[in-house]
Amino acid sequence: MESLFSLLSDYTLRIVALGSALLGITSGAIGCYAVLRKQSLIGDAVSHAALPGIGLSFLLIGSKNTEWLLLGAFITGWIATIIVLNIDLLSRIKYDNALAMILAVFFGFGLVILTYIQKIPNSNQAGLEKFLFGQASTLLRRDIIVMGIVSLLTLIPIMILWKEFKLLSFDATFTDTIGFSTKKLDLILTTLIVISIIVGLQTVGVVLMSSMLIAPAVAARQWTDRLSIMVILSSLFGATAGISGTIISSLVKNMPTGPIIVVIITIIAFISILFAPNRGIVFKKIRERRNKIESQSNGIRL
Amino acid sequence: MNNIAVKVNDLTVAYHKKPVLWDVDLEIPEGVLMAVVGPNGAGKTTLIKAMINLIKPITGRTLFWGEPYQNNRKRVGYVPQRGSVDWDFPTSVLDVVTMGTYGKLGWFKRPGKKEKQKAIEALKKVDMLPYADRQISQLSGGQQQRVFVARALVQDSDIYFMDEPFQGVDVKTEKSIVKLLEELKNNGKTVIVVHHDLQTVTEYFDWVTLLNTIIIDYGPVKKTFTEENLKKTYRSPLDSFYKNKGK
Repeated sequence: MESLFSLLSDYTLRIVALGSALLGITSGAIGCYAVLRKQSLIGDAVSHAALPGIGLSFLLIGSKNTEWLLLGAFITGWIATIIVLNIDLLSRIKYDNALAMILAVFFGFGLVILTYIQKIPNSNQAGLEKFLFGQASTLLRRDIIVMGIVSLLTLIPIMILWKEFKLLSFDATFTDTIGFSTKKLDLILTTLIVISIIVGLQTVGVVLMSSMLIAPAVAARQWTDRLSIMVILSSLFGATAGISGTIISSLVKNMPTGPIIVVIITIIAFISILFAPNRGIVFKKIRERRNKIESQSNGIRL
Repeated sequence: MNNIAVKVNDLTVAYHKKPVLWDVDLEIPEGVLMAVVGPNGAGKTTLIKAMINLIKPITGRTLFWGEPYQNNRKRVGYVPQRGSVDWDFPTSVLDVVTMGTYGKLGWFKRPGKKEKQKAIEALKKVDMLPYADRQISQLSGGQQQRVFVARALVQDSDIYFMDEPFQGVDVKTEKSIVKLLEELKNNGKTVIVVHHDLQTVTEYFDWVTLLNTIIIDYGPVKKTFTEENLKKTYRSPLDSFYKNKGK
């Protein structure tokens, strides 16, 4: 207990926990829309496609500043998404095929660039690989400020465009007929997904990031039938996983922060899928059995 | 003769080279209650979707009171097939119906008391008020359909397009929707309904369009809904296509 208290007063830990919480809140909120629109995998494509952006940004600008690296990540992530959306729109190739294809190509390209950078002598390259699986312990105070600003950039549009995003997610065709451009809304929402993923790259990394988008939303959906509560719960779940993951990794030696955060959010999702009232599997089974017993005792056979 | 509410000119739509609608010309007068009838794959849904720009036609255009759809969007309401959305979406019946007010609200503005009140009135009309706070996944197919119709009523449009509102619904829902259609007509609205059940065309509608890729005929039910026309409509589409070309 005592060690926990001393931990909480630790400056580095507070910084890392704050960063992980920000990441959980942002991806939790925006992830609800990805899940409800059945576009869960878009996050995976975006995060993998962010890798070449990080490498290219380093090569072109030569700076290891988080802002520049993340800007590069944003650009290639965004380009990849636009390519996927357009393949789906303009060709007969199915959405998931386009997604898988683009994800692999961009990620492969990213690995090529990272390998190339490592071979440049004197390139002060150490550190770019941290974006693969994340390395929360390298977060600095200024990184947190960047993350905070970027988080706000995602959360504010969700609030302003609340009714439009809800409409788009529920019934896109109807959205079009009453005069809201689904193309514009789609573009904004997708951009927000890209931004929220960028927020988590340093902590969780490109490989695991998509689970931060999906798992909190899936978990939250189990507990409520209202979108507003779902978004809030999802953010809370994300933040909880972020903070507790940070604490665990600092208590246990050699425990990587990003992966443990992902494990925790997945556990939250599984508990929700199993035990949530109404929608949970266990609850459903109990209800089915009770109905069966009742109907049998009433002399009705199912 | 009434004013023409909707005028369709030379409308042709194809999915991957296969024509679904061929050279459709149609004039729908104001205030009619019109069924669009034809076999499966005749292009009924495609026709109404192309009329309101949800599908891009290869050629042709649709005018509403002589103007393109964009200029009259707010006067045109649309009720999609209820299977087109995920009914497990986390929202309530009242919320879905309130969405009908979003168009008039425009960007950014949130629905307030006035909008909620409109939604409640529409729910009353379709006998769904007791379900206002229900989660939409708890509704039966017929109840879902009535929610969609209520959402369109809230839009307070002058023309309504409804895609198979009677598909797989219970008797109560069918009666309730028929009553509403008549009420809309009595209020001078124009209603265009994609319809499957030939038995009820004469009872429910006063106008009919017979469609099988091409328009076989359209007009008042009494004059148009003849055995000969029906035979033409329910024959293979190519048959009627060549026959008409030979005319």
